Amino acid sequence: MSKRRSLTEAQCVSLAQKLLRERLCHQKLPDRPLALDSQYKHLLELLRRTAVHGESNSVLIVGPRGSGKTMLLGCVLRELMSLKEAQKNVLLVELNGLLQTDDKIALKEITRQLHLENVVGDKVFGSFAENLAFLLEALKKGDKSSSRPVVFVLDEFDLFAHHKNQTLLYNLLDVSQSAQTPVAVLGLTCRLDVLELLEKRVKSRFSHRQIHLFSSLSFAQYVDAVRSQLSLPPDFPDPKFSDAWNHSSYTQSLFPLSAFTAGIFKPIHLFLSVSRVSVSHSTLHEADLLEASRLISADSKAIILHGLSILELCLIIAMKHLNDTYDGEPFNFQMVHNEFKKFIQRKSHSIHKFEKPVVMKAFEHLLQLELVRPVDSGVCKVQREYQLMRLMLEHGQVMEALQRYPQCPTDVKQWALSAFA
Amino acid sequence: MSHQKSFQYADLLSVLERVVDIMSAPDQYSYPSVFIYGHRATGKSHVVLSIMKDLELPHASVDCVECVSSGLLFHQVLSAFFGPDAAALLPRCPSLSDFVRLYKQMSSNSPATQTRYIILDRAERMRDMDFSLLPALLRLQELVNDNVTVILLSEIVWEKFRPNTGCFEPLLFHFPDYSKGKSLVQILSWDHHPSYTPELYASYINILLGVFFSVCRDLRELRHLAVLNFSKFCEPLEKGEAKESDIHKLWKNIEPHLQRAMQTVYLREVSSVQWEQQQMDEKEATTLRVLSAHAHIELPYYSKFLLIAAYLASFNPARTDRRFFLKSHGKIRKTNFLKKHEKTSNHLLGPKPFPLDRLMAIFYSVVDSRVAPTASIFSQISSLVTLQLLSQVGHDDQLDSPKYKCSVSLDFILAISRCVCVCVRLLDLLALSLVIQSQVVRQERSLFTAVSNLHLL
Repeated sequence: MSKRRSLTEAQCVSLAQKLLRERLCHQKLPDRPLALDSQYKHLLELLRRTAVHGESNSVLIVGPRGSGKTMLLGCVLRELMSLKEAQKNVLLVELNGLLQTDDKIALKEITRQLHLENVVGDKVFGSFAENLAFLLEALKKGDKSSSRPVVFVLDEFDLFAHHKNQTLLYNLLDVSQSAQTPVAVLGLTCRLDVLELLEKRVKSRFSHRQIHLFSSLSFAQYVDAVRSQLSLPPDFPDPKFSDAWNHSSYTQSLFPLSAFTAGIFKPIHLFLSVSRVSVSHSTLHEADLLEASRLISADSKAIILHGLSILELCLIIAMKHLNDTYDGEPFNFQMVHNEFKKFIQRKSHSIHKFEKPVVMKAFEHLLQLELVRPVDSGVCKVQREYQLMRLMLEHGQVMEALQRYPQCPTDVKQWALSAFA
Repeated sequence: MSHQKSFQYADLLSVLERVVDIMSAPDQYSYPSVFIYGHRATGKSHVVLSIMKDLELPHASVDCVECVSSGLLFHQVLSAFFGPDAAALLPRCPSLSDFVRLYKQMSSNSPATQTRYIILDRAERMRDMDFSLLPALLRLQELVNDNVTVILLSEIVWEKFRPNTGCFEPLLFHFPDYSKGKSLVQILSWDHHPSYTPELYASYINILLGVFFSVCRDLRELRHLAVLNFSKFCEPLEKGEAKESDIHKLWKNIEPHLQRAMQTVYLREVSSVQWEQQQMDEKEATTLRVLSAHAHIELPYYSKFLLIAAYLASFNPARTDRRFFLKSHGKIRKTNFLKKHEKTSNHLLGPKPFPLDRLMAIFYSVVDSRVAPTASIFSQISSLVTLQLLSQVGHDDQLDSPKYKCSVSLDFILAISRCVCVCVRLLDLLALSLVIQSQVVRQERSLFTAVSNLHLL
């Protein structure tokens, strides 16, 4: 670490970027998770009982995406491992529902992480049945006094419930209920109804202990939380720069932003604004945060409509009219073509008559963009022109896109705005 | 197109600035996943790959269309970052778990000094692969604990990708499309022919865009059409009939040609080789031939009548057969002619199935001479089914009363009936069925008299 007092502006900016990016993207664990004190204490107590006293436990941590489940668990495990008794004894097994999509894979991963005897280097020997028997025996052999406690962390717990027969869950929870090796089973999930997914025999072995993470911050606490995320730490080499940074006035614009954020710490806004900081633009301003929120909340379908050709846009307007007239019933290409022909014959001056195959090609482009979807996307014994479709856009989106469409002919706009095609 | 030529448009520059800001200094962390969407042929892959190459960043570029299985994706990523030996360590049918484990192992041996980028082109195909592949790749940075960023490029918006229970949300960027005036003309003018001036080519491009821009904005299609038709455009110049400044004359020469191109080459009804062949042939002959796939189908004499009868059977409701096809049908009752649910024209809803008996009945009333119901007639029906001009509805096992549906359009039927000699009465019948099927049912009385007159002929 450089001890020089006078870093150049560029170096300050780059160091600030590095710190903040690590905090926001790499999601470095904070010292203590904010506003989750009771949940933190509860979880820590549970794990301590398993690690130190040898009690088996199972708990589910439930919360929406981005509410801090992994962060909470990380902090608790960090503190747990700092306890002297736990450090030497506790074995940690981390599984993820996205990676271990099958019980076989999960079992191999468990034996690998526990370094059981049927693992040589990286390869696990034996079939699924053999591995399962081996693991259960290894776990059943011990008891409170003589074996090491094991902590199983199951990320994306709801995906484990979709495995065949839920064997893994059943066996793990079974071990946690019977007086064998002290085992703690921690599940993290975003689904509130996760217990409905469990089979009866699995649910009965689960201790029904759930820790919920719902954000309950007041606005002032929220502002403080954001400030603490974005402020530079006190040991920053250039104190003048960090003072100027920490006292810039970007929090005025947080009020409109808070309407958008579902979780507390939405790093995406903060990241986008931090990424704009450079030598020429060396502090954060409100404009950065507002621009970041505008970018994130943009309607992507309306933006895609901007790049369509006029013929395709006319087809979308025809479909909108069909939806309005027939109350959202599915339509087929013939009907859309009919509407389009009516427009060409009666009202249009600028669009000239296109042949049906050309219109069909434009329609197929819309199908590829998935702006129009067939009602039954299975085997189609119907001809392409007569297959029933639905429009995946709303009335409001189409009108908004029309406003922003570059050089839209007036008769097309008039047609879109008219109530009766 | 060399990426060294400078672009002049503000939208693209701002997006590029944002993307480069996100990446920033290579040793810092970048956001775990980025999603860039935009229309096709707007240059997404080209720009991203050029940035990677120019800044010399370690990247793995994978096209998801090539990855029929996820193992191919893992193989490509590992071999791009850690060499082919690492990729060889993957087991036979690698699962995501194997990939992540191997990646962790490799990156602990050679940790990333710079951000590694995985670029997934045509990412919409990933939705059809394993359900956990997309959410896992979006949070790959957290799973492997390494400085890696995944960039997804696609034509389809992010809302269609999001899995049911949610996932880690990437940064979304829209890649802007080309505007007609400045950018598209500029880009298309880069392929100008060396023997003509760029201004001539630019005016040619303007004429081409005048015809095609309202239909299609895909850069690849427009370039293809520009290249194919340029020789025809320059024909008057070569023959000496016009000079380079006579734009109007050149326009008059090329415009009908471009209209025909829209109906054939643009729709890929003829291949570009055939198109160029046609152009050479036309230099000698001056007749303009109609190019259409439909005009090339040759059918036997009675098959044509069978097809016409099938069309009438599909699109007229069965109740009207008596009125149309019997020579004497007695009194015409002035009932409410079309039932309420039939008011939406049958032409919009599609063909209806009909039994074989009805087809034969209409066939006998339509055909001009006396035809015996021999096997040759019935086998022609089966040939029509094989040619997919008729389609069989229902199970193959139904031998006694098979049902069919007509799968050709009215234009085709009219084209066929023109070839058939007895066409006047037929055209009237068809026109009548059209008129009645559409919602003009006001003058019933005059229509009924017209129908009765027809059958007295």
